[in-house]
Amino acid sequence: MMNPFALARALRSRGVLGLNARNGEFMLPWNPRRFYPLVDDKVLTKTLAREHGVSVPEVYAIIEIPRQIRELKSKVAAQEEFVVKPARGSGGEGIVVVTGRGPDGYRKIDGSSISEHELEFHISNILAGIFSLGGTPDKALVEYRVNFDPVFDAVTYRGVPDVRVIVFLGVPVMAMVRLPTRKSGGRANLHQGALGTGVDMATGKTLSAVLRTGIVDLHPDTGVPVAGIQIPHWQTMLEIASRSYELTGLGYQGIDIVLDRKLGPMVLELNARPGLAIQMANRSGLRARLEAVLRDRASLDSPAARIAYARERFAAKPS
Amino acid sequence: MSKLHLYLLAGLLVLAGASATAYKVLVLGFPLSPNQRSEIWRVELQLAFDADGGPAKVLLAVPSQTGQVSVMDQGFAARGYGVTTERTRLNERAVFSLADAQGRQYLYYRVVVDLSKPPPAEPQPAPTSQAPRFTPDELLVAHSLVDSARAKAADARTLADVIVERLKAAKPGDEASYLLGRDPMRSQARVPVVAVNLLRLAGVPAEVVNGVLLKPERRNARFVHWLEIYDEDHWTPVYTSEGLANAGPYLLPWWRGPALVAHVQGGKHLTTDMTVSRSLEFSTRVAVARQRALEHRLIEFSLFGLPLQAQLLFRTLLAVPLGAFVLVVLRNVVGFKTFGTFMPVLIALAFRQTGLTAGIVFFTIVLSFGLVVRFYFEHLKLLLVPRLAAILIVVVMVIAALSVVSHRLGVDVGLSLGLFPIVILTMTIERMTIAWEERGPRDALQQAGGSLAVAAVCYLLIQHTLIRHLLFVFPELLLIVLAATLLLGRYTGYRLVELRRFRVLAK
Repeated sequence: MMNPFALARALRSRGVLGLNARNGEFMLPWNPRRFYPLVDDKVLTKTLAREHGVSVPEVYAIIEIPRQIRELKSKVAAQEEFVVKPARGSGGEGIVVVTGRGPDGYRKIDGSSISEHELEFHISNILAGIFSLGGTPDKALVEYRVNFDPVFDAVTYRGVPDVRVIVFLGVPVMAMVRLPTRKSGGRANLHQGALGTGVDMATGKTLSAVLRTGIVDLHPDTGVPVAGIQIPHWQTMLEIASRSYELTGLGYQGIDIVLDRKLGPMVLELNARPGLAIQMANRSGLRARLEAVLRDRASLDSPAARIAYARERFAAKPS
Repeated sequence: MSKLHLYLLAGLLVLAGASATAYKVLVLGFPLSPNQRSEIWRVELQLAFDADGGPAKVLLAVPSQTGQVSVMDQGFAARGYGVTTERTRLNERAVFSLADAQGRQYLYYRVVVDLSKPPPAEPQPAPTSQAPRFTPDELLVAHSLVDSARAKAADARTLADVIVERLKAAKPGDEASYLLGRDPMRSQARVPVVAVNLLRLAGVPAEVVNGVLLKPERRNARFVHWLEIYDEDHWTPVYTSEGLANAGPYLLPWWRGPALVAHVQGGKHLTTDMTVSRSLEFSTRVAVARQRALEHRLIEFSLFGLPLQAQLLFRTLLAVPLGAFVLVVLRNVVGFKTFGTFMPVLIALAFRQTGLTAGIVFFTIVLSFGLVVRFYFEHLKLLLVPRLAAILIVVVMVIAALSVVSHRLGVDVGLSLGLFPIVILTMTIERMTIAWEERGPRDALQQAGGSLAVAAVCYLLIQHTLIRHLLFVFPELLLIVLAATLLLGRYTGYRLVELRRFRVLAK
């Protein structure tokens, strides 16, 4: 291993952002604590997004007290498919995806069946706060099941691929596509073993990927190269991202967008404490980009200007 | 702007802490290192009793005239009580009296002795011939025992040794155990009293001596008992155990005679609680050797002014901030992952009762067992609060079982486990399970290992003699610790582990 001081200098000169700097220089000054509930509670996030005309999966029901659990059946009667999730969950915990009706109740996405009673018990667990941040009582959300655009099918092992965009003061500064693997159990979180590919901000094409702390070119399960995939609706995604600052008031945030086959990009959730592995996926430092935005923020007054700035300044350098 | 503010604040704190410390070292002469040769000891005795609701009087033997060590200072504290001292034939005693005592009463007595100074020569009480106290039946047995002992002894001194040995080796049913009484638990404690009576029967003046072992420093100290015989014109101690014989100057004689240390009139349920410690306060005072009013007040208003029990507690408590500081360094500069913010510091405090190795072993056992049970509970789909309560119950049961097993194996450390922080263990088990499920076993084990490593480092710090001494004598050093912690609050450089994590980006 290199001399730690030389290594730190090298990282510094490449503009790599560390956890202390993320917390101390970007989150603390730019993310007022009073706005955190807006992103921690998915019900609030959705309401806000809809008010601002940002597309989100349609909500069929919000269950807040145990008495409402019995109403679930009538609320979803018209829907073949739906998703049940905790409003304040983290790391994809507590999500049940129903894809149809089975002989004794509902059928889950993995083909197994879940009875009406079991689903109701699962919801009462959500209400008790089993899956929520800090174990506090929670709400359950019943919503539209996203039909994923097939663009990432070849590089996804089951689960939900999404696009994570880091937005600073309304400028989309860095993005990655999070691809579930066998190891991550269908979840898109990098620390659970999902694959993250960098994205060229100018074109919306994927770059090489990070798996844990190493850089890879092929999906570990499907063996398909992950680079060079064009993300559809890239311009729309940048627009959604650039408007998210006004949405929540959080200067530094991560926004998770999924691609629906018919409805296009939809915001799944916002994150006030996005992780730093995105830098490895892009082989580029976040700090350099954040500081550039800070320098030039006076001229970045409209979403269009911010998008143009991001496309021009944060394009992938040919390596 | 705000950074300048922070630097100024930190600078002021360091300046205040450093100058107060320097003043205490250079002007007042407070010791910088725990001076192991300071032989000034402090014994504090707390008496408590339930008053009958009327006049109350407590007679307390005090160790002022017992001879071998010099008493530097003594103090009495009892709210509302009048205190006088008086001399009895054998002892000096303090009399606490109050006209109307209600409820539980507390009295404090403190004595400071200097072992390095030779005691002032004092006249030794002349022996008085006292009749031995035996029943007629016992007298017969006693005579036979004394006769057989005399046959083996050349003089009074060896006679005393033979009798003590004989009593200590008592077997059920023999003469010695008849005299010592049936209760095997109490018979060893009665050896000095019975030996004194036997010696008196043999015509050797003897007396029971009661005292306290000064070493090691401890709370809940107990009185020990031995005897003295009058031989060749002076009193000679005869010890009834190895420990006492080897204690040398660390054995403080307190009072003579078979009576208890204190008696209460007008009350009942008298309990005594004794604390022994090496006194830093007085070694400081001796070093300064000039007791001006200001310095005296500084000492009174420092932690030394607290009761001894509280002082011993503060010696540990004051080291905790340093542990918290180390935690900050290990988390924010090195990048250790731990469960909860201060859990490692609390674990480190728990290690104080068990020691490091045993603490880590027990922690690991309880945690692994708890995890297994918690994973089983996962299948039962329990709601949060009942689930936590269930884990808590399991943790308590595991600790109880571990205590029993380790005691059976002869590892006494298990007994101190009762004070292991069960709530912290419970929360750790819950957090570890969640981390295991959400982030995988690797992350969970990493965090558990990190927590233990940080706890171990904190423990080594808060147990370090020099650090404990410095922070106790110079609590203003905490200002410097605070300043350093505040400065670290603005450290936004890389963590050590991030250098490794991001190393591919450096190329």
